[in-house]
Amino acid sequence: MERNQLLRQMNSMRQSFFDQGFLDEQFVQLEELQDEANPNFVEEVVTLCYRDSYRLILNLEQALQKSPLDFNQLDRYMQQFMGSSSSIGAKKVNAQCTLFREYIKAGSGEGCLRTFHQLKKEHTTLEKKFEAYFQIKRQAGPSQIASRPK
Amino acid sequence: MENGFSSPRSDAFPIGLRVLVVDDDPTWLKILEKMLKKCSYEVTTCCLAREALSLLRERKDGYDIVISDVNMPDMDGFKLLEHVGLEMDLPVIMMSVDGETSRVMKGVQHGACDYLLKPIRMKELRNIWQHVLRKKIQEGRDIEGHDVIEGIHILRNVADRYDDSQFLRGEELFSVRKRKDIDKHEDKDFCDTSSAKKARVVWSVDLHQKFVKAVNQIGFDKVGPKKILDLMNVPWLTRENVASHLQKYRLYLSRLQKENDPKACFVVGMKHKDPCSKDGDGNFGLHSSLAVPQNDVTNSSFSFSGDNFLLQNVDSIGCEVDRKRVVQEHTSEPKRAAGRSVPEPIKARCTQMKFNNTIHPVEPEGKFPAFDPSNRSCYPWVEAPEIKFKQESKPIVHLEGDFNQFPPTVPPHQVQMDQLQSISSISSGRSATEKDIASSIESKPPYSENCSQQRVHLNLPKTPTDSFAGKAKSFNEMNDHFDPNSTTTTPLGKNQNFNPSCISTDLGSGLPFATIDEDLQGFLLQDCCYPKNLEHQIIEFPDYGDPGIFTEVPTHLHDAMRFGYDYSYDPTEYPVIDEGLFIA
Repeated sequence: MERNQLLRQMNSMRQSFFDQGFLDEQFVQLEELQDEANPNFVEEVVTLCYRDSYRLILNLEQALQKSPLDFNQLDRYMQQFMGSSSSIGAKKVNAQCTLFREYIKAGSGEGCLRTFHQLKKEHTTLEKKFEAYFQIKRQAGPSQIASRPK
Repeated sequence: MENGFSSPRSDAFPIGLRVLVVDDDPTWLKILEKMLKKCSYEVTTCCLAREALSLLRERKDGYDIVISDVNMPDMDGFKLLEHVGLEMDLPVIMMSVDGETSRVMKGVQHGACDYLLKPIRMKELRNIWQHVLRKKIQEGRDIEGHDVIEGIHILRNVADRYDDSQFLRGEELFSVRKRKDIDKHEDKDFCDTSSAKKARVVWSVDLHQKFVKAVNQIGFDKVGPKKILDLMNVPWLTRENVASHLQKYRLYLSRLQKENDPKACFVVGMKHKDPCSKDGDGNFGLHSSLAVPQNDVTNSSFSFSGDNFLLQNVDSIGCEVDRKRVVQEHTSEPKRAAGRSVPEPIKARCTQMKFNNTIHPVEPEGKFPAFDPSNRSCYPWVEAPEIKFKQESKPIVHLEGDFNQFPPTVPPHQVQMDQLQSISSISSGRSATEKDIASSIESKPPYSENCSQQRVHLNLPKTPTDSFAGKAKSFNEMNDHFDPNSTTTTPLGKNQNFNPSCISTDLGSGLPFATIDEDLQGFLLQDCCYPKNLEHQIIEFPDYGDPGIFTEVPTHLHDAMRFGYDYSYDPTEYPVIDEGLFIA
């Protein structure tokens, strides 16, 4: 059935998130929070997260353009960003965030810039994957809750 | 989003635990809300610290626990933490992405009962009710009997509902039970007290004054709830209330002590939470002046270290320096010129107090915050709106050891409360005033005279309502709209508790000090003739035309008590608030 196909597709997409290291356990937590009262909880949270994170990325970009770099401010922004991305379990993005903070501690503006570019890439990649995933999910039916991997 | 507030549901504990979540990250707010709802808790969310504080103040008893992020745009999470602790005495859990030990330590030092790292798991949230319970039990422990019984009651309820006894700390349970056995006869009282306790006694300035007076009379070392209660002679007050208040007072003192550790002085006054240290340094007259025996009190300039605390509650009469609380020697703190006119006497008292125990609580067991706020709602003085006292260099208060003589120096009463918001305007004014005051103070014997000079702007709450919330509100207002004209809107005014005499001094307005009635009078200066003066003083305050002077004196006293300064101070700004108001 088409539905089953969709479900399978959805599940495999979901699984790939974990297998490829895009998402971690936190995402599972979100899924567990989803229930009848909030059937689209995960999608809502992800959407909210991305909306907020774009704003934070903008802040970071602006801060990175300053000269000289204000590392304290960068750190503050990055902490905010990390808080946001950690909420959905964005593993790769978080890794970049951590790296970014390391560069801040080291006082390396160059390192920060490089990491930031990488971070943005990961951020966008993940977003696209989410979009595709949620689309299938919606098609598969509202009551579908992805089965937990492990 | 705000949920309806329900009254405490002790029967269903912890189901329906009322949690306030504060986080500027909307994603986390949503997630936490959902998680907490799944735990069957009642959740209220807000994204601004100020909003959170106002919510808490509006409903004194509306929440059981607060969960807050450390990094927030409008206010440092630690500051919020302190405020909540001081004003409301609720358990606060901090959250952050950053798990660095130093940060966590800071959280604990500021009174957080837990520090969670993001991403937060649901199981971590499930257990937060333990903090609420623990706090209740701790409160009960120090109290002879009644509260313990209440603690037992709670435990019983909890035990009934949860078979998983691991949640209850075994030893606590045991000790609680033991006491219960011993005090079986008090069960009846318990019923009464428990309801009374739930009603949350509001410790008005006046009431607190009586309390402090009683404590002083008894001697801090020998103080006990029953004795205090007897002395206070307040019919509706229960021993339980007193015991709880005493505990908080002690914790408060100890906390201050701890924060001013290096100084070993009893810093009476507000402590700035964060910046405090910086300011405080000079501010606190921490020099064991407190240690000085009563007579030393003479110059106790209460300097507030700016933080929220008004730790004026120097209870000990004997000025024992056990606590090493130093009543701020005003001399030492140039900045501290506590412009408190009224508070002076009280402060003096404070200096005399000996803090026996709390003074060095090295580790308030995380009670610090508890102390302060332990009864935030009750303590009007706790509410300290961001008031910064700027004390100029002068030893403002000379608190006489016996309080009897109202230190003429009182004039410095003008406690300069610098509200952050309007600090600049006021500060400058104040500074000047302070100096003037200082000098005037020293030379002035009669307080009243001084007072007249000083402009005491006390914003005593015009409505002596007892709602703490009101106070909080005023406090908030202060924070938010501090304008020179309403300098007195500092907590003092806000203190609802300050009911006897809604003294409200408005800068520049003819402040209704006159409203200070005997209550205040007695309240403020328990022993000295000060009160009388004070009264006059207060009334006179408004006379001061000096807008710059912002003295919270009388109110300070009250405020001190209820000091819940919500300092949003700019650390660099306020030196020390000399709020020795915690007239405990």
